[in-house]
Amino acid sequence: MENNSGIPAAEVILDIRGLTKVFPGVKALDDVSLQVRRGSVHALIGENGAGKSTLIKILSGVYQATSGEFWFKGQKVHVEKPLDAQRLGLSVVHQEIKLVETLSVAENIFLGRPQCKSGLINWGAMRREARRMVEDLNIKLDVDMEVSRLSIAQKQIVEICKALSFNAELIIMDEPSATLTENELECLFDIIARLRSKGITVIYISHRMEEIFKVADSVSVLRDGKHIQTMPVAGIERSQLISLMVGREIGNEYPKLPARIGEVALRAEHLTNRKIHDVSFEVRHGEILGFAGLVGAGRTETVRAVFAADSLTEGSLYINGTPVKFHSVRDAIRHRIALIPEDRKEQGLVLGMSIKQNISMVDLNNVCVNGLLSGRKEQQLSIEMIEKLSIATPSEEKEVRQLSGGNQQKVVLAKWLAVDSDIVILDEPTRGIDVGAKAEIYRLIGMLAQQGKAVIMISSDMPELIGVCDRICVMREGTISGSMDREHFSQEAILDLAVS
Amino acid sequence: MVQNKARSGHLTLLHFFSDYVIIVPILLLIVIWTIIAPNFLTYNNFMNVLRQVSMVAILAAGQYFMICTGYIDFALGALVGLCGIIFAKAMVDWSLAPGLAAVVALMVGLLCELVSGTLVTNFQLPAFVATLGMMYIGRGLCYVITNSYPISKIPASVAWIGRGYIANAIPWPVAIMIGVYVIVTFVSKKTKFGRFVYATGGNREAAHLSGINVNLITKCSFLLGGLFSTLTAIILVSRLNSGQPSAGTGYEFQAVIACVMGGVSLAGGKGKAPGVILGAIFVGLLTNGMTLINVDSNWQQVVQGVVLILAITFDVYKQRRQASTR
Ligand SMILES: Nc1ncnc2c1ncn2[C@@H]1O[C@H](COP(=O)(O)OP(=O)(O)OP(=O)(O)O)[C@@H](O)[C@H]1O
Ligand SMILES: [Mg+2]
Repeated sequence: MENNSGIPAAEVILDIRGLTKVFPGVKALDDVSLQVRRGSVHALIGENGAGKSTLIKILSGVYQATSGEFWFKGQKVHVEKPLDAQRLGLSVVHQEIKLVETLSVAENIFLGRPQCKSGLINWGAMRREARRMVEDLNIKLDVDMEVSRLSIAQKQIVEICKALSFNAELIIMDEPSATLTENELECLFDIIARLRSKGITVIYISHRMEEIFKVADSVSVLRDGKHIQTMPVAGIERSQLISLMVGREIGNEYPKLPARIGEVALRAEHLTNRKIHDVSFEVRHGEILGFAGLVGAGRTETVRAVFAADSLTEGSLYINGTPVKFHSVRDAIRHRIALIPEDRKEQGLVLGMSIKQNISMVDLNNVCVNGLLSGRKEQQLSIEMIEKLSIATPSEEKEVRQLSGGNQQKVVLAKWLAVDSDIVILDEPTRGIDVGAKAEIYRLIGMLAQQGKAVIMISSDMPELIGVCDRICVMREGTISGSMDREHFSQEAILDLAVS
Repeated sequence: MVQNKARSGHLTLLHFFSDYVIIVPILLLIVIWTIIAPNFLTYNNFMNVLRQVSMVAILAAGQYFMICTGYIDFALGALVGLCGIIFAKAMVDWSLAPGLAAVVALMVGLLCELVSGTLVTNFQLPAFVATLGMMYIGRGLCYVITNSYPISKIPASVAWIGRGYIANAIPWPVAIMIGVYVIVTFVSKKTKFGRFVYATGGNREAAHLSGINVNLITKCSFLLGGLFSTLTAIILVSRLNSGQPSAGTGYEFQAVIACVMGGVSLAGGKGKAPGVILGAIFVGLLTNGMTLINVDSNWQQVVQGVVLILAITFDVYKQRRQASTR
């Protein structure tokens, strides 16, 4: 077989030859061939639904390819199940976190192959080993903690430890950074650098361009299931990469539409509960208010409390100046508040339902005729939203479970944009969304503000907050540590307030 | 981007079959029994099968809502017994008119399920525990109330429900079963409540954050369990012409079999009501054929157990495949 990547055969650790994967109605991968050099950090990029995760899942034995083959360490391999891949030395940190919620961190890291001494689990050794690995990542995490009590970012770290624990020669990370904040990201980059110095190969998937330039040696671009190009990262332009990925130029990455900032729409005073302490802020009609901070700083908890998803022990809320008290999420929705939650799988979607049914879920009255669900209206609504957010799917009837991660996120957005709210709260709305689609979403957010809605946006992506918001509140340890207006925005200032 | 829309059209037939896979084993059974059981393929026998399955099928409508919401109700069979006893006793001992007696029985059924539903939602008890407890309470009360003797001398005016025919051709229980499923199918497909049930069973947290009152929906599912238990109980009393304290024993499991065979996922949030009737018919055909060829009734139980395990294995396998495509 020809080797068109110019890498000497002896240095190729992974050689993918003509992989094709067909799902009903979708060709997720179309004759993909590419080589990965041993000991390099190889980035894989592409739009939502381009086939990145599918490729990874074939490599790791979750799916079987429709046709094609791949060679690992110079040998053609047959990977039928994830364990086969792990035995070969190929580990994956999947995009969707898969941990056993009821077990501890240590147990999850060594799941399936607990450390044993004469047939019994050697708890001491297992904990020690787990603790060493977590410390290796420079992270504070109690390895005895039950996983269900961890934040998403912490769970992600456990996933990484788990993959590392296999003594892998090739580690594939599918959007590991999507859930991490700047600090944690630095740790991740440290880890990756350390891995590379040990000669371990890393395949790195991310939608954040700056990361590609920071960590990767070479990059492969996928578009619509096809391999477009593989090239060294050195000497290539960001915009070049983006247009290869999207197939067209995208202008401004952070479009900012002009909006008229009006009266205060929502005012929160002294919000206090178990997780947050004396949080006060206000957001005006037409304004986009950002919430910055580290994971666990109480941003999600704050908006959940506003939305009555968590209870408040103290504090009051005012909408358009009138005091309100919500007894349930329904109350909040009735007062025209929308909350797009951070965890699409657990909180945003009913995975087993179709796109259509997820989109119409919040206000079924929208799709009712005479009090009964109308299939036609529901279809119209969902097609409209699918088009508005360019969700890549063969049909609105598709189960959301089968969509790519980014497209699932778009369904969550669609679901909430389908109801016309006055106050829109978005918790990490662009997590896992590609550059092109991100710009679309910023434009949508801008349009919401233009229509006079008050927008609150939580994000761990600082350039995004700086690009999109009118004002930013920074949270630290459950309280607001400061806020600033657009003209004073800077990464340093925000970080300063976030870490004290 | 709704890519290639035309495709959805020609997939409908395929969808129909993947939704109602159960049709295949049903046809298979019919062929097999026709060959080996001499009296199988007659109109009378067919109506007989339908009448036999109708009660479990009606009860299965209650189980269907429960399973869709994400639970299994073990108390339904016991409630069939209890509501039947109350219905019979109200007519025989308290001389209430049948209509009124039915209302009293319904109240008891709803009350029991309201208790289970409240325990599961407001007190966050596992449904397994709450409904199992209710099963023992219900069955125990059957024997306490009747002193373990059946209640006989049921007024002749209720005989039609269990034993009558419409136009001398279609047994009343069968007609009621069909009516129930027309309504249940309509409710689950066309009403907001139906959609809420699926959403709640599919992902409680996401449903809650979408403003769905998941506790209320759960309680309503329990109440529907009470409603269908009572309906089943009334038909059964009329059919047996007595209130038997042991009536409905094991029905809850047969209802689960019917649901699972009919493609309702035990994981919740998924299932089509018409499938449940088909599931019940499958079980009915299986038993009927075995009876016709004189299979011992104890062995029939063994076969039912095997079928249940196979059906659930199939369901689990399907879910596993879906989970791996996450
Ligand atoms: N199990 C499945 N069944 C049917 N279609 C699927 C399945 N898994 C993925 N697809 C489809 O295959 C295509 C590629 O999906 P994939 O998850 O590989 O995208 P991706 O590049 O990882 O995108 P993202 O950046 O959004 O994670 C998508 O159109 C998706 O809808
Ligand atoms: Mg992906």
